[in-house]
Amino acid sequence: MKSFTYEKATSAADAAAAAARKEGTKFIAGGTNLLDLMKLEIETPTHLIDVNGLDLDKIEPTQDGGLRIGALVRNTDLAANERVRRDYGLLSRALLAGASGQLRNRATTAGNLLQRTRCPYFYDTNQRCNKRQPGSGCAAIGGINRQLAVVGASEACIATNPSDMAVAMRALDATVETVRPDGATRTIPIAEFHRLPGDTPHIETTLTAGELITAVTLPKPVGGKQIYRKVRDRASYAFALISVGAIVQPDGSGRVAVGGVAHKPWRVEAAEAEMPRGAQAVTERLLADAKPTEENGFKIPLVERTLGAVLTEARG
Amino acid sequence: MPSSSDFTRRDVLIVGAASVVATAAPNIAHGQVPASAAPIIAGAPVMSKVSLNVNGGIREVELDMRATLLDALRENLQLTGTKKGCDHGQCGACTVIVNGRRINSCLTLAVMHQGETITTIEGLGTPDNLHPMQAAFIKHDGYQCGYCTPGQICSAVAMLEEIKAGIPSHVSTDLTSAPQDTNEEYRERMSGNICRCGAYSNIVEAITEVAEGRA
Repeated sequence: MKSFTYEKATSAADAAAAAARKEGTKFIAGGTNLLDLMKLEIETPTHLIDVNGLDLDKIEPTQDGGLRIGALVRNTDLAANERVRRDYGLLSRALLAGASGQLRNRATTAGNLLQRTRCPYFYDTNQRCNKRQPGSGCAAIGGINRQLAVVGASEACIATNPSDMAVAMRALDATVETVRPDGATRTIPIAEFHRLPGDTPHIETTLTAGELITAVTLPKPVGGKQIYRKVRDRASYAFALISVGAIVQPDGSGRVAVGGVAHKPWRVEAAEAEMPRGAQAVTERLLADAKPTEENGFKIPLVERTLGAVLTEARG
Repeated sequence: MPSSSDFTRRDVLIVGAASVVATAAPNIAHGQVPASAAPIIAGAPVMSKVSLNVNGGIREVELDMRATLLDALRENLQLTGTKKGCDHGQCGACTVIVNGRRINSCLTLAVMHQGETITTIEGLGTPDNLHPMQAAFIKHDGYQCGYCTPGQICSAVAMLEEIKAGIPSHVSTDLTSAPQDTNEEYRERMSGNICRCGAYSNIVEAITEVAEGRA
């Protein structure tokens, strides 16, 4: 691990300002992804701002009947929150499908949104990776890419976003609240938060330098049957091959977001109009632009069949 | 517990590593090199002090800023019961209980835990006064090589508290009712602790006995 200096943040705005002043600064909260990558020297911050002491660990109702989740709320606490379990079951289920008990106890809401890909070529520093070393190429394209993206990828990168939570947040139309180094705040719709790789796969979100996430807000509950189904190589503690997060209303309408297929949680609102017609119709629209590799083409029928199972369960 | 001869051998290894720091910049043992001896180069170690409440006692340590909680426990406090397996949060051998919650001590910096309360396997019980979970692991042979065992036991103790607190899991059938003490729940909730010897069924038996208050 490269050496770094360290400070504890005293306020969110001060932390953002401090981060902008010092190049090479990273915020640290749970640290479960950042320290993993720092040990491998894939992340090499020269300064860490520990935000754990900030008052951002509350889950509070919003004026319009939604829920404001502090950036530092741990994954365990978010999944176990009574209102989340009752009104946003999809979010609880997605969180509980991810990582291990130990990691969920430490990982935060904001950190989960910012976790980096688990593409094996990103992790292997002997391999070419445009995300780790811009301009070096992508060894995953043409490599062992069974786990990687089938849609929204580019010539530069076929990595996937590994987050289960983000899939639920996308289906629930969450917004991300931030503070910038000049103290200004803004809200970013979750749909615009994660970027597709394009020719700059190392830029993964629309956050700007020093910008700090302070909360994630959910709109008022939409009801419906909320189901998260994750398909993986072992029954627990593994990243998704694909996952389906769905909200299904009694009339058959609803929302679908898919994980494990793209550089961001994959949702195509136009495809949701097909929900009453079933999984095949939805998947054809949802993955119409898919360009699978020789190894990961199985993900397309897997999405369709998993969504079919989810819709059947919702009707039950 | 390691014998005194182990410490002597380890100290020799640390000195040996420190002597080549300028040429190879190896991953030297944290906290063993005084700040004044650090090479004056970019990226030189930054030292820090932290106070931890470990197993009921306040312990002050001076360590490299990069030291994980795991390294602080093992290298600075000689609490070598907590094991380093993968060092990347994948195996669970480093599991300790911080402020009542189980975490991977390898994926957190020691300096992030100033003043916090940490329980390691050494703090759960002693050979003469075993924690019920330790006794149950022995009774049910919940290990073979034993390397994952301290992490398994710390994890299991905190895991049962999570069920009691009503925290749901991936296999809980109903999100709005209290989770149950079942074999399936234990297996799901313990998935962050890998046992390469495959003692899982005996581990679950030990946990079940403790949960039922028989241990």
